[in-house]
Amino acid sequence: MSEAVLDVRNMLCPMPVIKTGERVADLPPGSELTIHATDPGTLHDVPAWCRVHGHTVLATEADGREITVRIRVET
Amino acid sequence: MKQTPKAVALISGGLDSLLAAKVIMDQGVHVEGLNFFTGFCVEGHTHAIRTTRTKSRQTAPRNNALWVAEQLGIKLHILDVIEDYKDVVLNPKHGYGKNLNPCVDCKTFMVNRAQTWGFMQDGGFDFVITGEVLGQRPKSQIREKLQVIATDSGAQDRLLRPLSAKHLEPTLPEREGWVDRNKLYDFHGRNRKPQIALAQSLGFSDWAQPAGGCCFLSDPEYSNRLGDMWRSRTTRDYSLDDIMLLKVGRHLRPSPNFKLLIGREEGENQYLEGYRKQFIHLRTTSHNGPLSLLDGTASADDLLLAARLVARYSQGKMAPSVDVSIHHPNGVNEALTVEPMSPQDIPKAWHV
Repeated sequence: MSEAVLDVRNMLCPMPVIKTGERVADLPPGSELTIHATDPGTLHDVPAWCRVHGHTVLATEADGREITVRIRVET
Repeated sequence: MKQTPKAVALISGGLDSLLAAKVIMDQGVHVEGLNFFTGFCVEGHTHAIRTTRTKSRQTAPRNNALWVAEQLGIKLHILDVIEDYKDVVLNPKHGYGKNLNPCVDCKTFMVNRAQTWGFMQDGGFDFVITGEVLGQRPKSQIREKLQVIATDSGAQDRLLRPLSAKHLEPTLPEREGWVDRNKLYDFHGRNRKPQIALAQSLGFSDWAQPAGGCCFLSDPEYSNRLGDMWRSRTTRDYSLDDIMLLKVGRHLRPSPNFKLLIGREEGENQYLEGYRKQFIHLRTTSHNGPLSLLDGTASADDLLLAARLVARYSQGKMAPSVDVSIHHPNGVNEALTVEPMSPQDIPKAWHV
């Protein structure tokens, strides 16, 4: 399955969520998307967005300002 | 008509929109939420600086619209409408409220967008629901304005306000029997008790601020800053960066040609760091102090004044002199040693 990357560093919420939604809309089910962000809200908001849309959060990681969220696109 | 009617709910993250959506869901209607990012949303701005208000990422405030969607178990679509929303702010057909809040035009815009969005989805959506309550807000939620919103948005009788439906003419969803009017409500006015009682009866024990205030354009200080920005530029326009920066820091305008944005604490300083290359910026070097951006153009005398102001908000404010470095976007740096300005020498009128 394809793996995609989304760079939303320096964007503030809710833009990381909006950009995630736009990117996911173009990805087939089963794809994995890695989101790179700096807004701490991303750690909460992207997983919440995934829950309401039925996508799977594979991992979240925070290293200083750098935040990474990896998700799998479901049907 | 499809077997299961479908409704688009405007979800602000407040209590009223939560209840409106829940009431319709409980009648067997498929509901999905829409939330619009205009750039003026409290949510977005709050998130922009929320690291300053919380001790850790774990306690960062939630996005209330997403939280509401989770409570309801519905999809929430958050749409970026920053560009299209400018016309609402700059040219409101129905004018502004007490501040620069164009509430009637704003709601009209959002209902129109929801209606359009719903039509574009697979299978389409049948109607739009909002959490508006008749009489709750003096300008935008009186009967006449509710009708204006329905008409101007193009939604007409496909716009249902479940919390006040019994005070209003039956809408298409009610007439068609997609929803039972008897199970809708007759809330009216500013009293929040009926909403709170309904929330409790529906099993909700937690919700965002009851009034659902979600727009900085309703805030007097913010509106004042926006007006000041327009006057100083002699043009009424804005970018997302402009309107985000209006929320951050202490703003002082000593002169029509420039304004200082001075960080008030660490989180704001960090936020302003992201903009420092676009502006002249000042830092105190002999003492700890805020990062300050200078918006506009400044002569040598203006820079001296700016440096004295920045020094006043540093830890050297009581010192006889403070060293300040000034960084220009073209890479030129200069250093000044200045006497911090005393508070009594800063006119109130400078504070925007």
